[in-house]
Amino acid sequence: MTGNLLIKVENMGIQFGGLKAVQAVNMYLNQGELVGLIGPNGAGKTTSFNMLTGVYTPTEGTITFDGLKLNGLAPYQVTQKGISRTFQNIRLFKELSVLDNVKVANHSLAKHSMWSSIFRLPAHFKGEAEMEHQSIEFLKIFGLDVYKDELAKNLPYGMQRRLEIARALAANPKLLLLDEPAAGMNPQETHDLMELIAFIRKEFGLTILLIEHDMSLVMGICERIYVLDHGQLIADGTPEEIRNNPKVIEAYLGEEVIG
Amino acid sequence: MKKSKVFWGYAVLALVIYAVVQVLISTGAIDIYYKNMLITMCINIMLAVSLHIVIGVTGQFSIGHAGFLAVGAYISAIITTKLMLPFPLAILLGALAAAGAGLIVGIPTLRLKGDYLAIATLGFAEIIRIIFLNTDYVGGAAGMQVKYLSNWTYAFVGVVLTILVISNFTNSRHGRACISIREDEIAADAMGINTTYYKVVAFVIGSFFAGLAGAIFAHNFYIIQPTTFGFLKSFDILIYVVLGGLGSLSGSVIAAIFLTVVSTYLANFPETRMIIYSLVLIIVMLYRPTGLMGTKEITDLFKFGKKGGTK
Repeated sequence: MTGNLLIKVENMGIQFGGLKAVQAVNMYLNQGELVGLIGPNGAGKTTSFNMLTGVYTPTEGTITFDGLKLNGLAPYQVTQKGISRTFQNIRLFKELSVLDNVKVANHSLAKHSMWSSIFRLPAHFKGEAEMEHQSIEFLKIFGLDVYKDELAKNLPYGMQRRLEIARALAANPKLLLLDEPAAGMNPQETHDLMELIAFIRKEFGLTILLIEHDMSLVMGICERIYVLDHGQLIADGTPEEIRNNPKVIEAYLGEEVIG
Repeated sequence: MKKSKVFWGYAVLALVIYAVVQVLISTGAIDIYYKNMLITMCINIMLAVSLHIVIGVTGQFSIGHAGFLAVGAYISAIITTKLMLPFPLAILLGALAAAGAGLIVGIPTLRLKGDYLAIATLGFAEIIRIIFLNTDYVGGAAGMQVKYLSNWTYAFVGVVLTILVISNFTNSRHGRACISIREDEIAADAMGINTTYYKVVAFVIGSFFAGLAGAIFAHNFYIIQPTTFGFLKSFDILIYVVLGGLGSLSGSVIAAIFLTVVSTYLANFPETRMIIYSLVLIIVMLYRPTGLMGTKEITDLFKFGKKGGTK
């Protein structure tokens, strides 16, 4: 199912004052690919995600997504173009119900206007009913529909991670960015998560870029891997190539042995 | 459907309250003192609910609400006393002028967060007040003579409109977008919500109804003065929202009713009035730190018996 070029990152870099956090990153993802982005702590992985999603504007280079240049777009515009993400530290809407969390992400897909809601016109009821229906469908896929009225903050940790992915999917992305989805999960939960990722990828025809520290997960499901260290790409290739790449081993070794 | 049944239930309840009070006023069972208290109560409810959409729903800590009250009051007063146009038109134009002021103030200030936003809105409210203070056309510091035109009907319709529009807005995808900004602005942005747009929208709606309240407020006394709209007035409104529970519409209504009654009765004890008022606030915040209602609505409480609650 791998197809056309979906996103192309050319020479992307960002500078915070005198610090070059990320520089000269070149990447591409084809439609339907599942690619990993790995690297030691502080390598610039999340910073790269933030540039792809519009949180930061790159100081150099271009990002082209689906034929459109993304540089300078606000995060909500990037999301509406078809890139959605999860966060390393879970960022759910804690005081909202599980269902409402998904509905918020579904927001841009609904069309009914503010006036129709204020005056309770038929368009409002139709639009809201549709949102409710779609959101519950997403929750069902993730097995979260039984918790739909629960507040998001009351869910167990693993469920919160799943809800974050469900919420990201509800924004109807073409490209899904997952920032350490398995962080803090036990091996069983990680295994379930891997299956889930593979499933949603097939089900929704998604392209996925994944940051992860759990090597078994990355090596297990990614087709290609990019490795960042000190803000620069040091390697890319298949999991097998990455495993044997001396530069990668060097970048990781100190940490892996001590950690 | 069940939902429309609930709606008509509230509609009937509102109509009954209106009719009963109206009959009591016309028969003289409610004297002028209590009538005034009821109208003030309505004005305070409007103010509380209009600030609720900014602070409670969208989470933007604005403490300059009296500025929009002033705009509504002065503009509507100009329209009735200087231009001799009918009162309903003055209410509408006063509210629209306040909404316009909200738009102008909101676009630059809503980029700020937390304390900075609070200070900026406070500053803008003071600017609005100083403008009226230095405009001779509206009487300057001496104040402006206004016709007495407000009555129970205007006040009550104002309250019903305010609550209806704001609760309809809140319980829709647009309101959810605002709540998501309150909960986590970065995540809301990442979910495709235009956060700046919705912050400004909430601010403009809040200003509109503050202006509406201002129009009724101005025509409820024979005079309006710039000192009435100082930052203490803004804090009064803020207290309703915080005391009622941030995020609870019915909470801010209840707090507005409660505090209006308390301060009306305390008017008989001018020496100790502020001491007792402050003590009431301290006691409530000690025993209900999240406000009278927390984030719950009064309608949630009625559901409790059947489902046992979800929390």
